[in-house]
Amino acid sequence: MLTKKQLFTRGMLDISPHMLSVIPFGIICGAIGVELGFNPYLVYAMSFIIFGGASQIVFLQLLSGGASSLVAVTSVGIINSRHLLYGAVLSEYLEKLSFIKKLLISYVVVDQGFAESNKFFKKNRSEEYLHYHLIGTGCTMWVCWQIATLSGIILGSFVPEELGLKFAIPLTFIAIVVQDLKKIDHVIVMITCGMSSLLFFDAPFKSYIIISPVIALFVAALLLRLKK
Amino acid sequence: MTLASIIAAGILTYFTRMTMIALISRDMLGDKIKAVLEYVPSAVFPAIIFPGIFINDFGTFIEMNDPKIFGALIAVIVGYFSKNIIATISAGLVSYWFLIFVVFN
Repeated sequence: MLTKKQLFTRGMLDISPHMLSVIPFGIICGAIGVELGFNPYLVYAMSFIIFGGASQIVFLQLLSGGASSLVAVTSVGIINSRHLLYGAVLSEYLEKLSFIKKLLISYVVVDQGFAESNKFFKKNRSEEYLHYHLIGTGCTMWVCWQIATLSGIILGSFVPEELGLKFAIPLTFIAIVVQDLKKIDHVIVMITCGMSSLLFFDAPFKSYIIISPVIALFVAALLLRLKK
Repeated sequence: MTLASIIAAGILTYFTRMTMIALISRDMLGDKIKAVLEYVPSAVFPAIIFPGIFINDFGTFIEMNDPKIFGALIAVIVGYFSKNIIATISAGLVSYWFLIFVVFN
């Protein structure tokens, strides 16, 4: 049985390789905000209050393009609605926690943290303090995200755009799912999701980000039925 | 951009994170749903990966000879065999940079 501290550290270690892409992306995120002419304090407030990379950039871009706040806020909500799926998966492992702890831990649930903690949870179901792993991944992500976006705000236009550092984001997610390419059912689900995301990319409010997972999960349900 | 709009977006985002964790109990999800939820990573992350590769900053499709496609393929191959996150990301970025700075320059 691992202690709380060991689980927290393990979470930190499991997510830290992703910082190779998260930190450049955070810097870009801060820099874009300043370059679009927004108040630096408000740009930083987003990292603290919203704490969701892609949705922060979309929020900035929509507002600078003249969209209404209502459209921008709705888009952030829809982009981040994928967390509902992460929550549904994690709820099984977190159900023993008190309501207050569940409310607190929810703030640090992010894509990479969910992915790495979920992998760990599946292999270590019997650990008593499992949630400390999720706190470890989430807090590491939070600290790095705050530092990175702040650096971006300070560096501003010094961030070299031609490096194409945004490309690190798809790469970090490739690293997460690549081992599942060994399973044909997962490959079918991934291709369904990826193709749907390109097909529905122009759907309003960036809703492709939740439409395609729903279609892919529907296909997963069909596959499960065929397997039997 | 006002602080009020950021707070609204933040509250909405927090609710997406909190709802299923705090308000759903194990009994509410049947075995069939749990089996489908096993596929969540494979069903969600490609929606971030594919547009990140195939769609450019202007929202249009890239050409089929775009260096990003090559970089992503290298990342998949290196990731598959190395099982290492840092190797996967670095291989993708370096091969991408090699194409844009050395080959196409």
